[in-house]
Amino acid sequence: MIYLKVEIKVGLKEGIPDPEGVNIKKSLKLLGFENVENVEVKKSYVMEISGKDEKKIREDIDMMCKKLLINPVIHDYKVDMIK
Amino acid sequence: MDKSEIKVCVLRIEGTNNEEELYYAFKRLGASPELVHLKKLKDIFDYNCLMIPGGFSTGDYVRAGAIFASRIRAKIGNNLHKFIDDGWPVGGICNGFQVLVELGVLPGFTRREYPDACLFLNDSARFECRPTLLKHESKGKCVFTRNIPKGEIMLVPSAHGEGKLLFPKDKESEYYNKLFENDQVVFRYVDKDGEYAGYPWNPNGSAYNIAGICNEAGNVFGMMPHPERAFFDKNKSGMSGMNVFKSVLDYIEEK
Repeated sequence: MIYLKVEIKVGLKEGIPDPEGVNIKKSLKLLGFENVENVEVKKSYVMEISGKDEKKIREDIDMMCKKLLINPVIHDYKVDMIK
Repeated sequence: MDKSEIKVCVLRIEGTNNEEELYYAFKRLGASPELVHLKKLKDIFDYNCLMIPGGFSTGDYVRAGAIFASRIRAKIGNNLHKFIDDGWPVGGICNGFQVLVELGVLPGFTRREYPDACLFLNDSARFECRPTLLKHESKGKCVFTRNIPKGEIMLVPSAHGEGKLLFPKDKESEYYNKLFENDQVVFRYVDKDGEYAGYPWNPNGSAYNIAGICNEAGNVFGMMPHPERAFFDKNKSGMSGMNVFKSVLDYIEEK
């Protein structure tokens, strides 16, 4: 049994417009940050999780994402092992 | 079945709202609604109709409706599909629409465990709250709007931050074609002349101004605006939000 700390980053798929990012960019420009070209908003979940091995944990995370954390119509996700 | 015997389950969890308006909508029409917390729901087949109200279930954490949907899946599971296959009506308003989409039962082209559509952040990136004009488009398939003539325009309030209907990019045109061919588009946003118009008439930026859809059989229905808040607001021909609830009760009565 191993314990892992993982970070799951959920972002929008390519081609899906991001009104939140556009608004943040607009506000930053108003604050004087003219150099901001693009803002993408992502959600990150940091999770402590146990499992038989890394492969099993990875499978569990994929299932979690499919069942709750993402909507496959608009979202992509990336998993990073923290330790 | 007599109208007073029709049991409507108005499902709630933490963060739902307008459930009382929904309750009274059915009560005023002579049915027997019940406000049921998901935890206390014993058997979905105790009821003749399932309604999911609006609100911000579980604080809209993760995504609007996502947690409510996963909890329904865990609690009711396959029985929900059986309930739908048996032809019992299931309706979702606002957050309820988001829940039905997250459950994968709307648009319901295929039986899927995962959502096939998404109600995404409004184009304006903010909560849009105001009366909207809806044109009824269904030719009679949707059991929730059968009493409303096609082309009827009604004033129904909208109040949502995430109401833009999106389909998978690669299947977009196929899905929209199917929706229109199958008579699954129920309500569309229009302007004061009855024309399909952009923002602000369409508060969220949905393609084809879609405000509400049903499944292929017509017994699962979701819409973003709130007909329960326009129960008494009749238009020129006497149609109001009430007709949505009256239609579904008539359908159950005949069933």
